[in-house]
Amino acid sequence: MSNRATAFKYGDNVDTDVIIPARYLNTADHKELASHCMEDIDRDFVGKMKAGDIIVGGNNFGCGSSREHAPIAIKAAGVSCVIAKSFARIFYRNSINIGLPILECVEASDGIEAGDEVSVDFNTGLITDHTKKKTYQAQPFPPFIQEIVKANGLLGAIKAK
Amino acid sequence: MGMTMTQKILAAHAGLDEVKPGQLIEAKIDMMLGNDITSPVAINEFEKAGFTSVFDKGKIALVMDHFAPNKDIKAAEQCKQSRAFARKYDLTHFYDVGEMGVEHTLLPEKGLVAPGEIVTGADSHTCTYGALGAFSTGVGSTDMAAVMATGKLWFKVPSAIKFNVTGKLQKWVSGKDVILHIIGMIGVDGALYKSMEFSGEGVKNLTIDDRLTICNMAIEAGGKNGVFPVDEVTRAYVDDRVQRPYEVFQADGDAEYDAVYDIDLGKIGLTVAFPHLPENARTFDQIGDVPIDQVVIGSCTNGKLADMAMAAEVMKGKKVARDVRCIVIPATPWVYRECMRLGYTDIFLDAGAVVSTPTCGPCLGGHMGILAAGERAVATTNRNFVGRMGHPTSEVYLAGPAVAAASAIAGKIAQPGD
Repeated sequence: MSNRATAFKYGDNVDTDVIIPARYLNTADHKELASHCMEDIDRDFVGKMKAGDIIVGGNNFGCGSSREHAPIAIKAAGVSCVIAKSFARIFYRNSINIGLPILECVEASDGIEAGDEVSVDFNTGLITDHTKKKTYQAQPFPPFIQEIVKANGLLGAIKAK
Repeated sequence: MGMTMTQKILAAHAGLDEVKPGQLIEAKIDMMLGNDITSPVAINEFEKAGFTSVFDKGKIALVMDHFAPNKDIKAAEQCKQSRAFARKYDLTHFYDVGEMGVEHTLLPEKGLVAPGEIVTGADSHTCTYGALGAFSTGVGSTDMAAVMATGKLWFKVPSAIKFNVTGKLQKWVSGKDVILHIIGMIGVDGALYKSMEFSGEGVKNLTIDDRLTICNMAIEAGGKNGVFPVDEVTRAYVDDRVQRPYEVFQADGDAEYDAVYDIDLGKIGLTVAFPHLPENARTFDQIGDVPIDQVVIGSCTNGKLADMAMAAEVMKGKKVARDVRCIVIPATPWVYRECMRLGYTDIFLDAGAVVSTPTCGPCLGGHMGILAAGERAVATTNRNFVGRMGHPTSEVYLAGPAVAAASAIAGKIAQPGD
């Protein structure tokens, strides 16, 4: 269960260029990438967010480039979870592979508003919006992917074999 | 139940007789690609995990194309790190300035992709090679580290959308217009997690360059891959370049598809995708007067010889409009030389365009043509997201080479003959 966190809400098709613009891709340094997280969609994001906060998106979150720098920037900024109606497929696998928790849930994406206080139970996929006093059930990951998440990412899972 | 072409390639590489949509499998990889942006992240992860050998030094390709020739000190450090890794593990396919081209044009040209193979690339446009009847898809850097170490990767078996292609393209219309038309029709998540499989009697009328461009942008519809059947056109291209034996896979007659679309090539007009999504496709009856500041002709989508030929045909004897910068980027050293040999370079230079060394540069707002606030570009590239080519208030209009060249001459979005 995550601590209560504030939701930052965005629309459909949040692309990896706005999550981390290519002008910052001349580094692989996690902290530096984090300092520009969401810069071209929400210039104030890094200044406003606190460690543990969550991002809520619509359809096709993370579309575009394969840059792993995008989920890295989000994770290193301290975001505890991304909830969306759907994720672009490379962003989806990148997030799992690096251990950034993501959940697909149409109802939560519709119901949660910017600034709501939200907590997430990663074992069950239960999302609670404390502001609206509502709960939502996201699909838990299939066992194969849970193994990767438990091993803190793909390479951990390979090493564990 | 029959399998799609993609499912058959995946099954063969997973050592299974059959796979079903949604099934999680582990498949053997025939080629792993990385570039100067994604390789450093992969190398860091590879080393952090403590791996000390690569699965096959002949099946990893590192291409220094995005911020190369190095745009700044940090970019230079990333290429340096990639180069050191390539030398340490004696990688056969390391392409640096001089030999490098834009990765997705370079790999097919060098014969590093064959029908029936699985190619993964730490670059989203790796889906390009479906044009040759391969399964190819973009993955992340941690995936790349895993493949470099083990030669295998996990996949969720995709379902598919079928595009039944008939007819023949009109003059000036190319693969770019076909794929922009399709993305306009199904949307930027219209093929999310799915294969886009092309078939039908019209396929034979599409050149390999058209097919490469169409598959290149499968990702812009959210697709996992795009794939064409292998025919005489494919064999003529591949057999000139690939020495090793390869296997040809065909979709089963009773394969199931989530949807089937009919595409009449003859009905597709010149198409432009307006900011800020590739699905905002418009034909010229819906475009109006859009003045522009820059034109880019190049990228993994349209930097091939056929694209250069089409742009040169439009620009021959004409001048680029005042206040428009026209940047032409042949995608590989071979395309570059052919442009010189065939006189295209002279046509571009005479017109007042600049011809650059191969690089991804401006497509992703890296270098070699960044836009200022409020500026507009017509580009043969693949994305028109907010800030893609520079300032967040700049705008990118995606088009094929004929429209891009005609727009450079007209100073506004235009088609040949305007």
